[in-house]
Amino acid sequence: MNVLNSRYGGLAVLAAIVLLLPLVLPNNYYFDVANRIAINAIVAVGLNLLIGYAGQISLGHAGFLGLGAYTSAILTSNYGWSPLAAMLVAALGVAALAFLVARPILRLKGHYLAMATLGLGMIFSIVLTNESALTGGPDGMAVPGFELLGWSPQGEAVWYWVFGALLLAAVWLALNLIDSPVGRALRAVHGSEVAAAVAGIDTTSYKVLVFVVSAVFAALVGSLSAHYTGFITPGQASFLHSVELVTMVVIGGMASTFGAVIGAALLTLLPQVLSGLEDFEMVVFGLILMTSMIFLPRGLVPSLRGWLAAKGRA
Amino acid sequence: MSELLQFLLSGLTIGAIYALAALGFTLIYNASHVINFAQGEFIMFGGMATVFLAKAGVPLILAVPLAIMVTILVGMALEKAAIETARGAQVVTLIIITIGASIFLRGVAQILWGKQFYPLAAFSGEAPIEVFGATVVPQSLWVVGVSAVIVLVLAWFFGRTLLGKAVLATAINAGAAQLIGVNTRTVLLLSFGLSAGLGAIAGALVAPITTANYEMGLMLGLKGFVAAVLGGLGVGVGAVVGGLLLGIAETLTAGYVSSAYKDAVAFVLIFVVLFFLPNGLFGKRGTERV
Amino acid sequence: MAALLEIEKLSKSFGGVHAVQEVSFTVQKGLVHAVIGPNGAGKTTLFNLISGVYEPSAGHIRLKGEEVGGLPPNKLAERGLSRTFQNLQICFNLSALENVMIGAHLRLDRSFVKALLRWPTITRGDRACREHAAELMEYVGCGKYIGSEADGMPYGALKRLEVARALAAEPEILFLDEPAAGLNPTETAELDEVIHKIAARGVTVVLVEHDMKLVMNLSQRILVLDYGRKLAEGTPGEVRANPDVIAAYLGAA
Repeated sequence: MNVLNSRYGGLAVLAAIVLLLPLVLPNNYYFDVANRIAINAIVAVGLNLLIGYAGQISLGHAGFLGLGAYTSAILTSNYGWSPLAAMLVAALGVAALAFLVARPILRLKGHYLAMATLGLGMIFSIVLTNESALTGGPDGMAVPGFELLGWSPQGEAVWYWVFGALLLAAVWLALNLIDSPVGRALRAVHGSEVAAAVAGIDTTSYKVLVFVVSAVFAALVGSLSAHYTGFITPGQASFLHSVELVTMVVIGGMASTFGAVIGAALLTLLPQVLSGLEDFEMVVFGLILMTSMIFLPRGLVPSLRGWLAAKGRA
Repeated sequence: MSELLQFLLSGLTIGAIYALAALGFTLIYNASHVINFAQGEFIMFGGMATVFLAKAGVPLILAVPLAIMVTILVGMALEKAAIETARGAQVVTLIIITIGASIFLRGVAQILWGKQFYPLAAFSGEAPIEVFGATVVPQSLWVVGVSAVIVLVLAWFFGRTLLGKAVLATAINAGAAQLIGVNTRTVLLLSFGLSAGLGAIAGALVAPITTANYEMGLMLGLKGFVAAVLGGLGVGVGAVVGGLLLGIAETLTAGYVSSAYKDAVAFVLIFVVLFFLPNGLFGKRGTERV
Repeated sequence: MAALLEIEKLSKSFGGVHAVQEVSFTVQKGLVHAVIGPNGAGKTTLFNLISGVYEPSAGHIRLKGEEVGGLPPNKLAERGLSRTFQNLQICFNLSALENVMIGAHLRLDRSFVKALLRWPTITRGDRACREHAAELMEYVGCGKYIGSEADGMPYGALKRLEVARALAAEPEILFLDEPAAGLNPTETAELDEVIHKIAARGVTVVLVEHDMKLVMNLSQRILVLDYGRKLAEGTPGEVRANPDVIAAYLGAA
């Protein structure tokens, strides 16, 4: 069985990578990078459900991430809540908010939808920047460490296992969802909304569902990563960050869960690779965005799959 | 009363800039159904190029047109390199391409000109003018005046010249336009050039008021996009009305509610409008044929 | 014969265009009905109104006695109505089988949480659905594409795939919008057989068609539309002999 095509084959490969990677990572700095990759990958997997499978678009997803992060931060830092409770409240709050805005937003199509999600993200970002009494303003705020039933993960290596496990769980959940009646319905909405409707699919409800699910993915990750890094700034919810998230999904390959993971890895590693050329970071990032979308519009993984399939036929 | 007038006048000024940006979006959207996220960077290039030409000693009267021409070339180069090569791609892909272009252009500006804020001399001096109890700087008059002239010229171009009508035809139905002999690729190139020019003019006009900076295009571009969607994507009149409305709403909010949330006005407004009018103020409600 | 579907004075206008004007007719259970008329007569608009894609401007639609005018398509699917489209509406991002499986959506376990956790009922249900979908593809005659992706299939096969999808819902009433459009004579004859088989199973069929041979062969009742209005309604013999119908198609003497 072709590993690239088999669902659980891919998951097994990912699990192997997660398990074996610590053997080759020399120090904490590398663990940190790996953690950041996992963090981005989990968000990307959720966002991919929305963009790649359901065919919607969100240019404001970093807003949900930031909301999750700040809710956790504020509740634990300013009010002494337990991190787990704060995280749950953050997730529920974002779910409620996403549900509220989803119905009116998802009636829109194409560029109007893009604009509405962009606007939403910007509103979150601006509120987070301006309410400095609560959020510490543009300079951000400190976040206490995470604690669950007396256990408190400390250090990049320990967090690695937390994020690694979560990533595997997220990928497993996503793969299951896609190959199920609900998942097919989502993909049908993307393929032909009217065909889905006459087949009995309540297209708006499904779009709302996937929107809320991907928002909650982002919020949960936002909360946890806030505890991990110990410090958050409003930049987490910025338009640029939303763009980065969409890019991860699109570059890795839309409608490909593993593509989302790979896209997240690539885009997280990019600034590391470019760190010598700080002044050129923007130029290079922009160039990479443009060229990869022009020459590999379907994204890396589907293009690779297609290329391999063509070679197989030849 | 004079306070309200003050706000309205400054709202009109910034609204004119948004209107120009929105027109740029509309032009390109009509020609290609692409939202050009790099539109804001055209504004930035216009402003920054003017600043640096002026610093190099070129008199403003030459610097501005030169800056506009440079930006037009940049716009056309962008169309050739990125948009034409990616013909037929999905909406999301095209959006990412133009976002990439905007980041790229911002990066270029950062390398060329650094991150500082640069002042630009006002076109005809700084002496404020009194209008019914409100004060207006001469530059504001330049902004509103030039914008109005541009809108009129564009209306004449699209309504009365053959080339303008060809562009409109391409917007309505590119396939049909091709069949009657319109070179749609040229139309697209022209639209990008024209949009870039519009943006550059806006940048040169607004730089004396807000100073120029490599990141100035980001918010201006986004708000121009909001204005275009507000008015109804693809509708020229909508773009102008949307821009002016947005500018005035912003200054009124900053004046009467909270200046910290001025930036949020655009995004709250777009939310509200799209909720009630999913196709914007002047957008056409179409039904899909199945 | 029970009236499965009753249309009463149904109208639809798009701005100044009166696509359908005060059309009334009934669909009898178990029979094959055809809707014919020149291009622009409003046939597809009528279908779109009945299947919930458009909202009526005026008039009533009663399915099994219940007022359903204005309900969205998915609600009508829940009530046993299924359809195909004149302009193919295939999900090209899905495989051929998955397209058919979509048709059976309402019959499957649609729980989100169970789907996330890969509950055994979901996997078993999907396996059964997949087999059933394959059977349907054979039934309509595109069995050789069972393993294919939808975006690799030829036009004729896709038309049949849509019929398979519509059948997967096990509908009581099936609307086929120009199923023979774009098919060559052999394919049309095969389609004729398939529709016969479907009707023989007891499904009430309503089709829009231009191919008069197919229409006269298959249908037991015909509705003729012209410029959005009902021109005639009756058996094929009655309609063939109707002078207004002859005038509309061939021009007045």
